[in-house]
Amino acid sequence: MSRLLTMRNLVIEGFQEEQWGDIVLGVDVHVDRGEVLGLIGESGAGKSTIGIASMGFCRPGCRIVSGSIRFGDIELTSASDRELRKIRGLRVSYVAQSAAASFNPAHRLIRQYAEAPVKHGIMSRAEAEKDARELYRRFDLPNPDTIGNRYPHQVSGGQLQRAMVAMAMACKPDLVVFDEPTTALDVTTQIEVLAAIKGAIKDLNSAAIYISHDLAVVSQVADRIMVLRHGKLVEEGGTREMLANPEQDYTRALLSVRKGRAEKIEHPDRSKSLLEVSEVTAAYGDGVLVLQDINLKLTRGKTVAVVGESGSGKSTLARVITGLLPPIKGNIVFDGKELPARFSDRSKEMLRHLQLIYQMPDVSLNPHQKIHEILGRPLEFYFGMRGEEKRKRVADLMEHIELPERYINRFPSELSGGEKQRVCIARALAAEPDMIICDEVTSALDQLVAEDILKLLQRLQNQLSVSYLFITHDLATVKAISDEIVVMLQGRVVEHGSRDEILTPPHHEYTELLLASVPEMDPDWLDNLLDTRVGALLREGPASEHAGKS
Amino acid sequence: MDSLTILIVKRLAFGLLTLFVISVLILLGVEMLPGDLAQALLGQQATQESLAAIRLELGLDQPLHVRYFDWLGNILQWDLGTSLANRREVADLIGTRLANTLFLASNAAIIAVPLSIFLGMLAALYRDSLFDKIISMTTLMTISVPEFLVAYILIVFLSVEFSIFPSMADWSSNAGFWERLYAVFLPVMTLVLVVVAHMMRLTRAAIINVLTRPYIETAQLKGMKRSWVIMYHALPNALAPIINVVVINLAYLVVGVVVVEVVFVYPGLGQLMVDSVSKRDLPVVQASGLIFASTYVMLNLTADILSIIANPRLRHPM
Amino acid sequence: MITNIAKTFLKAPRSAQLGFIIIAINLFALAFAPALAPFTETEIIGKVWEPGIWAMDCSEEAIELHGACWSQLNDDRMDGKAWLGTDHIGRDLFTRLLYGARNTISIALVITGLSFLVGMTFGFLAATMRGWVDQIISRMVDILMAFPTLIFALIVLSVAGTSIPVLIVVIALLDSTRVFRLSRAVAMDITVMEFVEVARVRGEKLMWVMWREILPSTLPPLVAEFGLRFCFVFLFISALSFLGLGLQPPTADWGSMVKENSGAISFGVYNPLIPAAAIAFLTIGINLVVDWFLRKAAGLREEY
Repeated sequence: MSRLLTMRNLVIEGFQEEQWGDIVLGVDVHVDRGEVLGLIGESGAGKSTIGIASMGFCRPGCRIVSGSIRFGDIELTSASDRELRKIRGLRVSYVAQSAAASFNPAHRLIRQYAEAPVKHGIMSRAEAEKDARELYRRFDLPNPDTIGNRYPHQVSGGQLQRAMVAMAMACKPDLVVFDEPTTALDVTTQIEVLAAIKGAIKDLNSAAIYISHDLAVVSQVADRIMVLRHGKLVEEGGTREMLANPEQDYTRALLSVRKGRAEKIEHPDRSKSLLEVSEVTAAYGDGVLVLQDINLKLTRGKTVAVVGESGSGKSTLARVITGLLPPIKGNIVFDGKELPARFSDRSKEMLRHLQLIYQMPDVSLNPHQKIHEILGRPLEFYFGMRGEEKRKRVADLMEHIELPERYINRFPSELSGGEKQRVCIARALAAEPDMIICDEVTSALDQLVAEDILKLLQRLQNQLSVSYLFITHDLATVKAISDEIVVMLQGRVVEHGSRDEILTPPHHEYTELLLASVPEMDPDWLDNLLDTRVGALLREGPASEHAGKS
Repeated sequence: MDSLTILIVKRLAFGLLTLFVISVLILLGVEMLPGDLAQALLGQQATQESLAAIRLELGLDQPLHVRYFDWLGNILQWDLGTSLANRREVADLIGTRLANTLFLASNAAIIAVPLSIFLGMLAALYRDSLFDKIISMTTLMTISVPEFLVAYILIVFLSVEFSIFPSMADWSSNAGFWERLYAVFLPVMTLVLVVVAHMMRLTRAAIINVLTRPYIETAQLKGMKRSWVIMYHALPNALAPIINVVVINLAYLVVGVVVVEVVFVYPGLGQLMVDSVSKRDLPVVQASGLIFASTYVMLNLTADILSIIANPRLRHPM
Repeated sequence: MITNIAKTFLKAPRSAQLGFIIIAINLFALAFAPALAPFTETEIIGKVWEPGIWAMDCSEEAIELHGACWSQLNDDRMDGKAWLGTDHIGRDLFTRLLYGARNTISIALVITGLSFLVGMTFGFLAATMRGWVDQIISRMVDILMAFPTLIFALIVLSVAGTSIPVLIVVIALLDSTRVFRLSRAVAMDITVMEFVEVARVRGEKLMWVMWREILPSTLPPLVAEFGLRFCFVFLFISALSFLGLGLQPPTADWGSMVKENSGAISFGVYNPLIPAAAIAFLTIGINLVVDWFLRKAAGLREEY
């Protein structure tokens, strides 16, 4: 195989907080013709910057400091604008994370598809549009002959992402850069897009760089994987070898990330019912029902995981239980007492016993308050603590969440994402609640950080015997932490039962689809899956239709 | 009906409602104020007869709603009443002056709109260049300065120091088009300077906002030329905000003429209104106020409707 | 406190420093006008439109040009203190300028303060209460905003006559609609943030939530807006005074000073440009500071 792309000792800097800082620190990358390279790493690893640099491009606020990027026989770092333009779109193309943002809202999909081939002068508009329709059909898009006439906002997320992949293939490029193309999608939609990507690469026999934070996803498409961290290479190797025999601890940690289950300690009082939701139906202002006849039970000291894709109503359920959205009908009994529908009608004690942790720690902490104010307020508000007593309890809470005590004088912006989420946990604990609703608490975090948060939550449950209602779309999280599982689809409960009941066959059809859609650390997983019953189900697309729309 | 039509109809209805409220406020606002209007107009020394006469003339003896609809009906027939100051028909007073004001404002608009869009696009394209910095500093200064200072500076340089253009914008009744154009050069320049500064800053901001969108990067990564990216990808999306900017500034222009007309002693509607305010000549103030306000409302309405139509998401609903 | 201000000042870019200095000069003039002024506000000290210190040259051509020369004027009542010459009835322009700063700036401050009090209260209320309260206030504001400010002011002044209280109430009311729009929008952005929800679900009172959770985050854009609104109000009063409908003589005011002296320009005497320049000077100063402040705040947050 001949060499297509070679990057040598690449150093890229970014301008942040009024100074230049390193993003990529001397990385060597090469891609052969027809080869798929996976770039994997957590946020801040520089993988996206490297990917886009393979087109000789730097985002505003970034600059290539040194190193060389050779594409074919052209040196991109010193190439003229004209030379670069002749490569971009024609010989290298790019698929971005969010197709919704990356398609121009003012033009039809097929016009945007035809733009590159026509402007680069390799085919006429009619030829390009004919190709487009073929590719749309190849990628299982509905109405492939007419979908191209739509505008981007008229097409669902998963379909748009496939249209973006098609667009990248328009000039039959030598290299395609996929930048987290499935990260924003639901698991069942992710499979459709992954299948399209894999098929496209195979058809054209083009090389690709596939960027992701998810090792399992990358291993479905990549021949070779590079693990990056803080702008440096950690480990590089063939996909199968690396999965079988990781050399570095960091890679091993990434590999084991979805496998663990936190250790549980059984408490004697774990039989009393704490929360009972019965026949709850709810709607937002427009009258469309988001929840229909939901029943749910939570036992003291246990964890119920509510799992579903976007649009399933799982977060709405959290809002109903906390009283932020009064239901149309149904009632909620907490610790033997019926809760008023609106939180403003609930007593201070009721509010105290039921706490909430959110997905985005950035917006759930007031940026203008220091950590000790954030943690001190519930202590003051619920228990009337002051002065030394309050200070001591704050220190105590900091110990619980494994953060150094000196952090109490910091503002949230001075903490990392994981640390902020710990502070959110401490704030919930400060109220000494019976139950905490965790709404996607790990989805905004890097995988390793998320795993630590899950372990912390489990340890706290073991110590304090607090119950969790765990709302998530991520089945790995569900497997790790739940005692019971509730599966939701389009505002209804599809299936519920104990963890083992749900996770062992036979499953409800949708549960099976969900479970099967979670990528595994096995390079053959996707191919095998598409040959099974689930693959057929996916092609029918009942799940994708509802999942993609929202 | 599709959502676009509904939006436009809603906006039109709101525009009509606004016009109605404005007309009510202009006529009846007078009533809500404390004191006897007739007394206030004629002063303490007024005799009973003259007070009664003016009450009759203003129709103050009629109930409110009757007077409102009479007034509105008359106005719609271009019968604007008689001036209290000189007993002339208000419609005659306003007629030529309105034409003069429109002449001034439209000349300013014809120069200012293309100029500011062009400069705004240039500044956005060469963002943070020396050109951009000079332009944004100059426009910041211009919007900080009162219109009359701009006017006087122009007078000082172009009229007093170098007698190129007249500082008094007046002409004989048989003056031709070019003669008039020459006479209004300085007031037009003043308006252009002030409006261009505003419009350019907003145009620049609108385009920069679009240029940071991911689809612009997509187009660049497809190897498209810079000029093509701007014309095909950025402009269609920047159109709605730019239209908005332009029309809102035209609306501003309509009001901005008042001060400029006073500086240049220009026989326009603005000056008439200011004079009538000091003389408390209510019929004239009401009529010219209504004309200004409705023009302003109509322009804002046009801006909103045009930018609704220019938005691709609204034009092609789900 | 003082060291903080000094630090901020030293760290700011040149343009913002210039702006701060301009504002400080104006505030100084506002506070100490009577002490700084060589004459009283209405005292007539010389002839019409005497030149200021720029007419130092006492050669014949220069006297021909300026009509007089400054050193000769010293012997008169002016006592060498009329730095900027005299106005259209022979009052000291420098003194009038100082008093004008006092009158115009303080009225503009009162108006802006009032409009923020009204606008922010209703804006925050609409954002936190939502529903019909928000709908009613918002629609009323929409209608008020559809009215061109200057025309509205002209109509009200023609009916109610020109007096300072009328001026203050009318302009503050019209201006508060703009403040309402912004504070509502900003507060809306904050109230949907989860930390506000956390506080509400904790059971905190509405006032506490508005004061402790929402207000701190809304301050940067509102402070910047205060600067911009002040400029607008200040220019607006000046324009009204220039039209002869604002502050009435003999009260010194920059806008009316321009108007009163405007006749001089065609004689090549540029005294009226001095108060006009003073207006521009202050608003440019404020704009420089606001520009820097907005850029700084944009670094911390997006949007604004």
